[in-house]
Amino acid sequence: MEFALNKEQEMIRKTAREFAENEIGPIAAEIDETTEFPKDTVKKLGELGFMGMTVPKEYGGAGMDDVSYAIAVEEISRVCASHGVTMSVNNSLVCWPLQKYGTEEQKQKYLIPLANGEKLGCFGLTEPNAGTDAGSQTTVARKEGDKYIINGSKVFITNASQSQTAIIFAMTDKSKGTRGISTFVVDTDTPGFSIGTIEQKMGIRGSVQAELVFENMEIPQENLLGKEGRGFGLAMATLDGGRIGIASQALGIAQAAYEESVKYAKEREQFGKPIAKFQAIQWFIADMATEIDAARLMVYKAAFDKWQGKPYTVSAAMAKFFASDIAMNATRNAIQIHGGYGYTKEYPVERFYRDAKITEIYEGTTEVQKMVIAGNLLK
Amino acid sequence: MDIIVCVKQVPDTTDVKIDPKTGTLIREGVPSIVNPDDKHAIEEALRLKEKHGGKVTVLSMGPPQAGDALREASAMGADDMILLCDRAFAGADTWATSYTLGEAAKKIGYDLIICGREAIDGDTAQIGPQMAEHLELPQITYVRKVDVDNGKIICERALEDGYERVEANLPALLTVISDVNKPRYPSVRGIVEAYQEKEITTWTAADIQADEKCIGLDGSPTSVKKSFAPEPKGEGEILEGTTNEVCKQLVAKLMDKNVVR
Repeated sequence: MEFALNKEQEMIRKTAREFAENEIGPIAAEIDETTEFPKDTVKKLGELGFMGMTVPKEYGGAGMDDVSYAIAVEEISRVCASHGVTMSVNNSLVCWPLQKYGTEEQKQKYLIPLANGEKLGCFGLTEPNAGTDAGSQTTVARKEGDKYIINGSKVFITNASQSQTAIIFAMTDKSKGTRGISTFVVDTDTPGFSIGTIEQKMGIRGSVQAELVFENMEIPQENLLGKEGRGFGLAMATLDGGRIGIASQALGIAQAAYEESVKYAKEREQFGKPIAKFQAIQWFIADMATEIDAARLMVYKAAFDKWQGKPYTVSAAMAKFFASDIAMNATRNAIQIHGGYGYTKEYPVERFYRDAKITEIYEGTTEVQKMVIAGNLLK
Repeated sequence: MDIIVCVKQVPDTTDVKIDPKTGTLIREGVPSIVNPDDKHAIEEALRLKEKHGGKVTVLSMGPPQAGDALREASAMGADDMILLCDRAFAGADTWATSYTLGEAAKKIGYDLIICGREAIDGDTAQIGPQMAEHLELPQITYVRKVDVDNGKIICERALEDGYERVEANLPALLTVISDVNKPRYPSVRGIVEAYQEKEITTWTAADIQADEKCIGLDGSPTSVKKSFAPEPKGEGEILEGTTNEVCKQLVAKLMDKNVVR
């Protein structure tokens, strides 16, 4: 049994941390306030190879392992969860399915620029009435000759308005239910593609989530990703990996909350001594550190399973369920440790708390993770 | 243009603690890093290579773990990594070290050698200048700006109250200061290549045909007699307020200490 990271993984952590602290740190609070998408830093992350980390080199990626990827998302999210999700979506939900299911032509045309950071991608599955019930797609793709005509809309799509490439899901045969769902790779400048409402959110405000609208959008048949009717399986497999990204994001947020808490507890004095001397505070710190350690082991284990080619549906669901839960605990208690100051924007912990909440919801709610875990265990 | 960059692996002194009893550095648990000035040297070499072509070789002397510093330089974009690693090199002072690095540089071949100004663990700033002397090269120290034109190198050399513009023929040796550039981050692909695809070339004293009287402890004319931690200075005081208020406070304090009357 080996718990140590290898040298590459250590250098990924160091590089991601330095980049996050030096380049993202100074704007993290600002983009949370203004909701302005951080184009420059996202571009730089891409140039450094953080947007297609596990994609093989021949397709523009870095050929890195999944544990390194988890570490990078963790480190970026430790400073700014908005950058964390922007990065996670491009890596896990866009590059991965293209790499796994794409034809050689699709990889050449779409995967390379997404993996090398030239372009940004989004993943359009969720609809107003197809959230947890993702199979109830109402977006329709009608085949006409050698193309598909797509009509419908998607909501809450991360990176939407900043993307050049979208992976979207639509019904190609309504009579077949989830077996009638297909996946398409779409250029976002295709006529008939537009961005609708951009969401105003509680957290991850420096990332963008918006509506995708398709009106008689014509997509050539060579842009079908995977086989017709296999879209639901493709989406579920993709989300298995996405959950490792979100679990890493939650872990990074929790770590940040913990570090701020330790720092504040040592500095802040009440009753003539630092509040770290009080057992109430010590217990918060002990709980946080223990839960973070457990979450980190679970997240890296899920990433390791994926890298080793082992099944990871359950380990990824467990990691996301647990890491998002402890991120809520850590950020809530970080505010408690900070008291009234923690409730203000003078300290970053209120941002961490708002950012943490989404990790219990997107890419499968905590309840969905439990369904996935139990469903696999009780087969 | 072929460039050699000398790098040193050093303890991260921003993290260093002094043992209060012995007065020596506590090295345990202190991470090793690439010496900060050396990162600027690597960056400048990479920029010159991008502009003028050629290749960048990073060179270090140290134990096997110093290879990590070379790999970091490689992840930033350096082409080749050479580690001078031999028990015979142990105990070298700056004179023996600069001789050893110089002999290796001769074997590698170069148009330009770039060093960081100084290492944060020794603070001598001697390696670069001494190498230049061993190799009989023109040297420009404290460089804050570099241009290469027509086989000549033109540098701005920082002084306390301004700068000098110095021109030298190549080959030459520079030592750079942190103002010269902002070092790039290693890329993810660079990290993969540095660890999985590239090899560090290790040379012993025999490989560089070093004169054994000039290396290691035997080749070192200086020796450390005693090392101690300086007495900690009293804590500084920061005056706050508007310029007027701060000036009034300052004058009052200076008068109080009889510095001004």
